[in-house]
Amino acid sequence: MNKICKNADQAVSGITNDMTLMLGGFGLCGIPENCIAALARSKVSGLTCISNNAGVDDFGIGLLLQNRQVKKMISSYVGENAEFERQLLSGELEVELIPQGTLAERCRATGAGIPAFYTPAGYGTEVADGKEVREFDGKMYIMERAFQSNYAIVKAWKGDTEGNLVFKGTARNFNPMMAMAGKITIAEVEELVAPGVLDPNEIHTPGIFVNKIFLGIDYEKRIEQRTTQEL
Amino acid sequence: MLTKEQIAKRIAQELQDGYYVNLGIGIPTLVANYVPAGMSVTLQSENGLLGMGPFPTEQTIDADLINAGKQTVTTLPGSSFFDSATSFAMIRSGRVDLTVLGAMEVNDKGDIANWKIPGKMVKGMGGAMDLVASAQNIIVAMQHTNRAGQSKLLSELSLPVTGLGCVKKVVTNLCVMNITPQGFELVELAQGVSVQDVKDATQGRLRVSDNLTEIATS
Repeated sequence: MNKICKNADQAVSGITNDMTLMLGGFGLCGIPENCIAALARSKVSGLTCISNNAGVDDFGIGLLLQNRQVKKMISSYVGENAEFERQLLSGELEVELIPQGTLAERCRATGAGIPAFYTPAGYGTEVADGKEVREFDGKMYIMERAFQSNYAIVKAWKGDTEGNLVFKGTARNFNPMMAMAGKITIAEVEELVAPGVLDPNEIHTPGIFVNKIFLGIDYEKRIEQRTTQEL
Repeated sequence: MLTKEQIAKRIAQELQDGYYVNLGIGIPTLVANYVPAGMSVTLQSENGLLGMGPFPTEQTIDADLINAGKQTVTTLPGSSFFDSATSFAMIRSGRVDLTVLGAMEVNDKGDIANWKIPGKMVKGMGGAMDLVASAQNIIVAMQHTNRAGQSKLLSELSLPVTGLGCVKKVVTNLCVMNITPQGFELVELAQGVSVQDVKDATQGRLRVSDNLTEIATS
């Protein structure tokens, strides 16, 4: 089976209106830049996006928000995006805010065939509203469900034509769990190599989870907080 | 009164050799600058880095290496990277020894609010709810009052709660307070601050420790 796509436009061509997408990344670190740009070009709309953050005004998922392509965001922290906050407070955009660890575990559960789990995060808060609460060993937990996601779109450092992926630094973040969680998973990579080039010991995501892969181009890798020191 | 740096420096006195520590955004981040000499403390950044190093130079900056505040950072010998599920596995299973967070409000039962102002500000909780639900040792670093001069140390929270009964200690620009079953316990005062100043700026139940001392800021 050939998993290789020519480019981002071909990779996202199956994504249609009103689908639910998972998008990897933390802040702007490790986001699938090429696929987001392709989605912005595609004009597909009514999307539900599961992503830790919502980009910034003019980059990342912010590009899809600007185009009004997003119906709902499921995120843990959206503080860096003024357009997002405006759409949310005006009621144009539906938003579900969930704890970061719960978001990660819900993605993991989705990819692991686990329908639900209990976590202490959010107990006693509005996050727990409407959820089953249960005590284990004297501590209170809330039940959280796995997601249903049509596509997962991840960004890796290296990948091979079998779909095996290796991530770099903190660009790993949500990408490995989301890669496992899509009904269809698209991976964009900075280096696409032949099978056997990557050391099997160092694969982070086995190729079985990846349906489509392509070599990304022109990565901007924008930095949100450029902090440096003089030595 | 303490500066932000002095608040961070006082919190650094709570560190112990071998601690794994998660520092929140803002004043908590500054705690890393005051780790006592000779002490080994490992910083956990919940986006997927254990063993966070200092900021890079212009030459070594790497967009794929940031902390939870989205700042560019570095690794240290012995650092590791991991995914977000593994990161919160560390947090929920209680392996992080100390968590330092900012807050909008804390009440005298140790409940904390720091993620939302309904109708005004919606940034989200990020990892804060996971951290406060699981950490055994949580210190809040914040100003004692808000910009309008109102107390942030209350009997009841006015903002949506992040976690219940989790804060153990609060370090503000005025003082250090422990959270006890009897409410806030004033244990250390900043230089030039009186007990009455703290009482005036604290709305929740407050008790003054018999062993009240001054915060060492030198």
